[in-house]
Amino acid sequence: MVERKRLLDFLPHLVLLLGIAIVAFPVYVAFVASTWDAATISNGQMPLRPGPYFLENYYRTIFVGTSSSTREPVGTMMLNSLIMAMCIALGKIAISLISAFAVVYFRFPFRMAAFWIIFMTLMLPVEVRIFPTYKIVADLRLLDTFAGLTIPLIASATATLLFRQFFMTVPDELVEASKIDGAGPMKFFFDTLVPLSITSVAAMFVVQFIYGWNQYLWPLLITTKDNMQTIVIGIKKMIVTQDALTEWQLAMATAILAMLPPVIVVVVMQKLFVKGLVETEK
Amino acid sequence: MSDVRLEGVRKVYAGGVEAVKGVSLDIADGQFCVLVGPSGCGKSTLLRMVAGLETISGGTCAIDGRVVNEIEPAERDIAMVFQNYALYPHMSVYDNMAYGLRNRGTPKDEIDARVKEAARILEVEPFLQRKPKALSGGQRQRVAMGRAIVRKPKVFLFDEPLSNLDAKLRIQMRVEIKKLQRALKTTSIYVTHDQLEAMTLADQLVVMNKGQVEQAGAPLELYEKPQTVFVAGFIGAPPMNLVTVPESGLPGLTLPERPPGPVVLGVRPEHLHEDGASPFGLAIEIVVTAVEAVGAETYLYGALNGDGPELIVRVAGRATHVPGQRLTATAAPDQLHFFNPQTGKRIG
Repeated sequence: MVERKRLLDFLPHLVLLLGIAIVAFPVYVAFVASTWDAATISNGQMPLRPGPYFLENYYRTIFVGTSSSTREPVGTMMLNSLIMAMCIALGKIAISLISAFAVVYFRFPFRMAAFWIIFMTLMLPVEVRIFPTYKIVADLRLLDTFAGLTIPLIASATATLLFRQFFMTVPDELVEASKIDGAGPMKFFFDTLVPLSITSVAAMFVVQFIYGWNQYLWPLLITTKDNMQTIVIGIKKMIVTQDALTEWQLAMATAILAMLPPVIVVVVMQKLFVKGLVETEK
Repeated sequence: MSDVRLEGVRKVYAGGVEAVKGVSLDIADGQFCVLVGPSGCGKSTLLRMVAGLETISGGTCAIDGRVVNEIEPAERDIAMVFQNYALYPHMSVYDNMAYGLRNRGTPKDEIDARVKEAARILEVEPFLQRKPKALSGGQRQRVAMGRAIVRKPKVFLFDEPLSNLDAKLRIQMRVEIKKLQRALKTTSIYVTHDQLEAMTLADQLVVMNKGQVEQAGAPLELYEKPQTVFVAGFIGAPPMNLVTVPESGLPGLTLPERPPGPVVLGVRPEHLHEDGASPFGLAIEIVVTAVEAVGAETYLYGALNGDGPELIVRVAGRATHVPGQRLTATAAPDQLHFFNPQTGKRIG
């Protein structure tokens, strides 16, 4: 019995370890590549252990930038990406909380129509409505601004739906108790509803932060200036160079740097994130 | 201080369903009024109309002489205790109790004093910093009551506050609610479907059925002189025996004095005696079908004359009866109730 149990414990762990190795290996290679010099990488002789250029490469990536294609230091790109991802995530959460609040707790004419219109936008991601959206942003002279970069991406049916589902599980008695306690609708919203949805908010933040961070097509259209570039576009620009040697060590360092913020967000918010998606107990 | 006066209060829902069909009720200052009835009788709706959580479709509701039909719940100066406690899960016990006062702009030190006072009365002082999640059902109920009493409202409203507790705790809390209300002398309206809770708590007991008041009065008055068949069957446990007796009488049932015509005869199980023969009262012959011993007393279930309607007889202590046994039970004339079989109203 004991042996069998050990075997049963061992097998799943082996599978999991193999899985981790398969996923983690390319990341490791990217990291290793970011610690060697360009010559070592391009002659195909790169060893599988970290090299001696770690500090130098990362310093150049963050503060100086590549010598060709995009000359912007990655520090600026990261800041741009961070501002964009934060604006999108927080904006989506704020708008969705309010719209879900309106749809669940207020009886106004065409309430369900409003809800279904929000619902239908699920079928209209940026890629589908890219031309009209671009036209509007351009007409409003918002090209190359953070407003143009984030506002068109803020409306979110997903988050509205999630919050709506959550609000519907909040017992009516809490609303009634608030009424008797003299809390008006907005006070109820801020004092009770928002604190109660904190785990859902965290879950949404993780999802939407990564969504914002990974945006490629929209920033590509909206930004033309180098100093408005986001990191995802920056990587792409670093790799595609026809007339120069790709500085792989810098591109890899950028890739590693681009990965870090989402990883940090996930790791920090993991507990709340899981709770927010599975919690049913009130 | 504050009385509650309902006049012809009606509730009609959008679909045309009439949940409350004109209820008029006077609840005196400091009185403990209990609304009792089967589920769907409109008792909760009535309470929620007093609270302002439901609009009043017709009639008026006045608290302390002021008609409150169009006044927001927060301005009615009432406090409500809900069945599922409705505590704010993310706030500590202290904040739960203080929230309503803060919203009203009560000074901080007064809030503190009132919350501590309420916590002392309800014995929840050790838990003030805990979240409701970390409390037992009984403790949550106390906090919910604390939230009500810190406000020092004109009227307490209780919506089945004990239904979520286990039987033992329910009895304990029942006694405490009564004590608390006596001490605070705050007018209270209490909704329950448990007639025992209703009997023990009420100064004024209101039995409701199908959106109407069947009878209102002191609990023992309702027990001793039920005005309708419904009240007779609802108040008392086990329920009153109700037998429809045609003009010609029933076999096995001797009834010397009775109103003319067909009647519904009511007699409580505890008023039927096996021995004391009473020549002027009721004598019934039943065949025992089941025996229920609960310790202090035994309930004998039997069929009148072997095949008639089922009756219950209460016997004090242990009983030696066995199913199939035939027995004669009697009741004194003043313990018989007669009702009109058509209208359900009391005769005499």
